[in-house]
Amino acid sequence: MSTSAQQIENLIGQEYKQGFVTDLETESFAPGLNEDVVRRLSAIKNEPAFMLEYRLKALRHWMTMKTPEWAFVKFNPIDYQTISYYSAPKKKEDGPKSLDEVDPELLETYKKLGIPLDEQERLAGIAVDAVFDSVSVATTFKGKLKEAGVIFCPMSEALQEYPELVEQYLGSVVPHTDNFFAALNAAVFSDGSFVYIPKGVRCPMELSTYFRINAANTGQFERTLIIADEDSHVSYLEGCTAPMRDENQLHAAVVELIALENAEIKYSTVQNWYPGDKDGKGGIYNFVTKRADCRGDNSKVSWTQVETGSAITWKYPSCILTGKNSIGEFYSVALTNNYQQADTGTKMIHIGENTRSTIISKGISAGKAQNTYRGLVKVLKGAKNARNYTQCDSLLVGDKCGAHTFPYIEVKQPSAQVEHEATTSKISEDQLFFCQQRGLSPEDAVSMIVNGFCKEVFKELPMEFAVEAQALLGISLEGSVG
Amino acid sequence: MLTIENLHVSIEDKQILKGINLEVKAGEVHAIMGPNGSGKSTLSHILAGKPGYTVTQGSITYLGKDLLEMDPEIRAREGVFLAFQYPVEIPGVSNIYLLKAALNAIRKHHGLDEADAMDFLKIIKQKTALVEMDQEFLYRSVNQGFSGGEKKRNEILQMAVLEPKLCILDETDSGLDIDALKVVANGVNSLRSPERSFVMITHYQRLLDYIKPDYVHVLADGKIVRSGGPELALELEEKGYSWLEEQAVA
Repeated sequence: MSTSAQQIENLIGQEYKQGFVTDLETESFAPGLNEDVVRRLSAIKNEPAFMLEYRLKALRHWMTMKTPEWAFVKFNPIDYQTISYYSAPKKKEDGPKSLDEVDPELLETYKKLGIPLDEQERLAGIAVDAVFDSVSVATTFKGKLKEAGVIFCPMSEALQEYPELVEQYLGSVVPHTDNFFAALNAAVFSDGSFVYIPKGVRCPMELSTYFRINAANTGQFERTLIIADEDSHVSYLEGCTAPMRDENQLHAAVVELIALENAEIKYSTVQNWYPGDKDGKGGIYNFVTKRADCRGDNSKVSWTQVETGSAITWKYPSCILTGKNSIGEFYSVALTNNYQQADTGTKMIHIGENTRSTIISKGISAGKAQNTYRGLVKVLKGAKNARNYTQCDSLLVGDKCGAHTFPYIEVKQPSAQVEHEATTSKISEDQLFFCQQRGLSPEDAVSMIVNGFCKEVFKELPMEFAVEAQALLGISLEGSVG
Repeated sequence: MLTIENLHVSIEDKQILKGINLEVKAGEVHAIMGPNGSGKSTLSHILAGKPGYTVTQGSITYLGKDLLEMDPEIRAREGVFLAFQYPVEIPGVSNIYLLKAALNAIRKHHGLDEADAMDFLKIIKQKTALVEMDQEFLYRSVNQGFSGGEKKRNEILQMAVLEPKLCILDETDSGLDIDALKVVANGVNSLRSPERSFVMITHYQRLLDYIKPDYVHVLADGKIVRSGGPELALELEEKGYSWLEEQAVA
């Protein structure tokens, strides 16, 4: 029997394939954080005054806060004065006007990651914003989107071109006081993507942002803001990778989504930050606040996430269901291997009448990893006939990992219906032997079983991403059987 | 095709098989019968390479190679197929997906191209008819929510698609009603060929009414105590196993 257990052990844990470093001349701030750093950051970006004021307010508030400790993760305290809060590839004079002027080294980096920024090469139908360390380096298909009235640009550009939109919506879903990492982000965020879909427009292509951390000792603090105006529709994808380094690196992002009347936003993430080595050394701390406000009646927001990377994931993409009949969905696959830790889930806050939410969470633990689902379903007094369905499944691979589930349910409206289902299972030695007896290697068997386990979530992903996610799961599990 | 010599097998220091000798030639059908706890299932597991057993003595040669040296998936790709007594369920993995992955793993092993979608569908259509299985079963999760009979038929379907050389049926008849038994037997019979051999492990004579064996062996207390033709099975049906067990002890 132990042979098979051993096999499962070894199958999980293959090499990280995006771990290379790009050698580039960069412009970075010396490590440290104070008001002066925030002022310099804002000045470099030539931001409007309201932005600097907001940042300073956030920094002052952050200084009064403590690192949250309620999550089921363990890590050494972070010294925020040893992190550099800005790093950007050195610009040639005015910076690139078009893709032709982007540093070829950068284009090469994205190509190596499988994200060609050349519009000709790109699969038709997806526009990409590439964020490298602290700045956006290229956005494709801007022209074509503009014809449809869609704004898709780096946040720093939005602050120049559409400051009134940014001022109106930024911080309106995740206030700067929300939590420790959100406050830090509000103070020092450097770039990210900005999306505005005007009334009645169905975005003609998938939008995506590809985040890459390259520089050492740098934190990445991106800020994404998506506004879907009345009767509009958008699907947005996000991917992330980072080089292999022995030190932990911080990624503290904030994503805010706003869906107005009848609008729909579909937000998909494939998170593959460097998870650290097999002994738990290095890796990204992924402390992210993502929240959507279904502000308008009949609006809908759907979060789909596939989390395979990061040493620690702390992330709860949530929906505030304000509008009548609004819908929130959360589909998640979180895979942890070796010494990775994930504490992830969602919050569904039902405020409006007839609001509905669905939560499907699939946690997979392998190696010595810990995987936690934490979710809140809250139904306020006014949310008549609110409905929630939660299904939360955990799969254990091997016998040294852990799976934990912390569901919180608060209901203040008697007509509400809340359902919660949870299962925990293990890849059994019998399943593994059965697959081997049919000719599959143990690696392929585990990957097939895990993919089967995640199917309900994968079917929510856009096509290209679903394929990528499946491949990624296979890679992340490799070495867990051997 | 298969030569088992003086095979001794133990599980956690408990001796289960105590010197098995068996020769199976291409095209032959051997039935292995015996009372509960005689080591029948252990023999099938050992042939397929299930972990947890220790071979303390003896050898198994399959097509001229040392079978015990091969990993389970290599045995499978080399043509050893075990129809399980208790087929496992794999939630979320569709039958058709498993079949395709398995077929392609085997084809790849033999240096063949993977079957493309059209070819594969053609193969599948033909084979599902063989076991009288509805096409919609293909899209259901492997064995999940299947009845006992459906699970066994599914095993035969896999066997039909993968076209192994040595088929081991571990109590395939257990838990089947007479109609299901006929379907399974028809499936097996249609797969009989001069190149393919069968080792059928069964408790009852009943299965042998539908699948005629060339040889019948009786396993008792870890040894083959009697070998003969199909008539031996009838004798067993009549007298039970005890007379042979007594003989073995004596």
